Amino acid sequence: MTAFILKRLGFAAITLFAVLTIVFFIVRVLPGDPAMAILGDQASASALAALRVRLGLDVPLYQQYVEFLAGVLVGDWGVSMVSGRPVIEEILKVLPATIELTLASLVLGIAVGLPTGVWSAVRRNKLPDYLARIGSLLGLSFPAFVSAVLLLLLFAIQLRWFPVISSGQGDGLGDRLRDLALPAINLGLIMAAYITRVTRSAMLEVLNQDYVRTARAKGLAFAVIVWRHCLRNALIPVVTVVGLYLGILIGNSVLTEIVFNRPGLGKLIVGALNQRDYTMLQGMMVIYTLIVVLVNLVTDLTYGLIDPRIKYA
Amino acid sequence: MTTPQTAVTARRPSRMTYYRLALATVGRGVFNAFNANKTSWVGLAIFVVVALLAILAPVIAPYDPLDQNILYRLKPPSEAHWFGTDYYGRDTLSRILWGARISLVIGLLAIGSAMIIGTLIGMVAGYFGGRTDLLIMQVMDVLLAFPSLILGLIVVAMLGPSITNLVIAISLTAIPPFSRIARAPTISIKNREFIEAGHALGYSHIRLMFRHILPNIAPEVLVMGSLWLATAIRVEASLAFIGLGVNPPTATWGGMIREGFENILDSFWLALFPSLAILIVVFSLNLLGDGLRDAVDPRLKGEE
Repeated sequence: MTAFILKRLGFAAITLFAVLTIVFFIVRVLPGDPAMAILGDQASASALAALRVRLGLDVPLYQQYVEFLAGVLVGDWGVSMVSGRPVIEEILKVLPATIELTLASLVLGIAVGLPTGVWSAVRRNKLPDYLARIGSLLGLSFPAFVSAVLLLLLFAIQLRWFPVISSGQGDGLGDRLRDLALPAINLGLIMAAYITRVTRSAMLEVLNQDYVRTARAKGLAFAVIVWRHCLRNALIPVVTVVGLYLGILIGNSVLTEIVFNRPGLGKLIVGALNQRDYTMLQGMMVIYTLIVVLVNLVTDLTYGLIDPRIKYA
Repeated sequence: MTTPQTAVTARRPSRMTYYRLALATVGRGVFNAFNANKTSWVGLAIFVVVALLAILAPVIAPYDPLDQNILYRLKPPSEAHWFGTDYYGRDTLSRILWGARISLVIGLLAIGSAMIIGTLIGMVAGYFGGRTDLLIMQVMDVLLAFPSLILGLIVVAMLGPSITNLVIAISLTAIPPFSRIARAPTISIKNREFIEAGHALGYSHIRLMFRHILPNIAPEVLVMGSLWLATAIRVEASLAFIGLGVNPPTATWGGMIREGFENILDSFWLALFPSLAILIVVFSLNLLGDGLRDAVDPRLKGEE
């Protein structure tokens, strides 16, 4: 187990290093002079030069690269070129809002997707199955911003059940939940569509196994077989898909945060793009990579919790 | 009259015969996939209609998509303008029809190139195996670790929004999955007898890969292509919505929703109709690809 974790950590470190290198060079190729972007094109040459020194743009590229890698390790991610505040501070300020949204949609996605998938598999080729299959295919056809706009139109503008803009920092718990509701429903339903599909196909595979027939033969209640025996065996692919889905979820959360005008990493990255705030962009890429690598690690470790047969050789 | 020469050609098939055979292999694979799941036909039918509407846009669009009519702005749907007009008085229906061309062109070019490059990479990795395979797939995994929308965002921001750059950005995000898709069947096929026979006959690696392996893995790759086309159209629209689409005033669906979103409180149709357009196209492609995948995915075989 320890060896496995060490191996995974090693792989995670390599991935992180590779991505950081790509990020560093991608951001450096962005057209436009950041010093001019900050000061405007009326700035004097000496002011531009002074700012370049302050931003560390005057030293050779390889030195910038080494400083960048060292900085990432010790939590010094540079200073935002627009606000002048440390990048890591700005990111940590909005990170909880994004995590809150992501976790809420994850919970919702599992709560809706898992039972629907199981139900669909058990009632295979019956009406519930067709409805679940068409519904989930429709769900994953929605670009996140389209569904967000439609939800906004229906529930916030027509029915006025929820606020149009969710600030994400309401005072009481009720306010927070009302703010969170629509964005979380938006992301959660798309997630549920993915989970439903993979649960269904995993359950179909498991339901055909011999031990299920044996369990039925000895008179075990069908519900017990399905929920206790089959589902547990079907969970591995589900966890894999949830882990893989993270990349899509991150993209979708960016779109959702924009539509609902909700603070978070999504709004931060779009703002940074528009303002050519390249230290901020770099920091965003670092945090996204960290999240992806971390989730992959957690996904791998979860397998062992679900299935004791996995030994992490 | 038989001459020795014709006897030789009978033993060694000509170039044309070879292409016909290869095409037949691919065609049969795709056709069987279609027949295994009837919903694929429904998806294909919807998609063909959309593609026809896009091709015929210059003929059937009731107005010029860029024609502004300030006196007639933000009008709700009516007989003259079925889907209403936007902030500049442009006809929404005409813009949706023209926007379909952008979505389809970018999607098809991006996925077409990702399919070619990804298949090549995956085939080489699977065929040679060992270190080559390990190295290539490690690189692909690192690329996969990037959330695709974020990667697209950065690349478009870096290169500037134009059709070419959008195609580059989107195809870049789709290359790693295609290499994975192509690699798996290559590994199983390269151990089959006919490849071994090819080795024995002294065929080159290139010849074995392109003439003997490629036609066999092509149906699988093509089928996944339809699912990824759906994703590409979604990503293009998402980028346009963020403001990184083809520059205005060109009509793009994502851009129209972005503009409509600014007037959503009083003119909901501006965002609603292009939203439905995206949904219909992506859904039809998913319907098409999903049915086909069930047919070619060996893990799901024997399930129906």
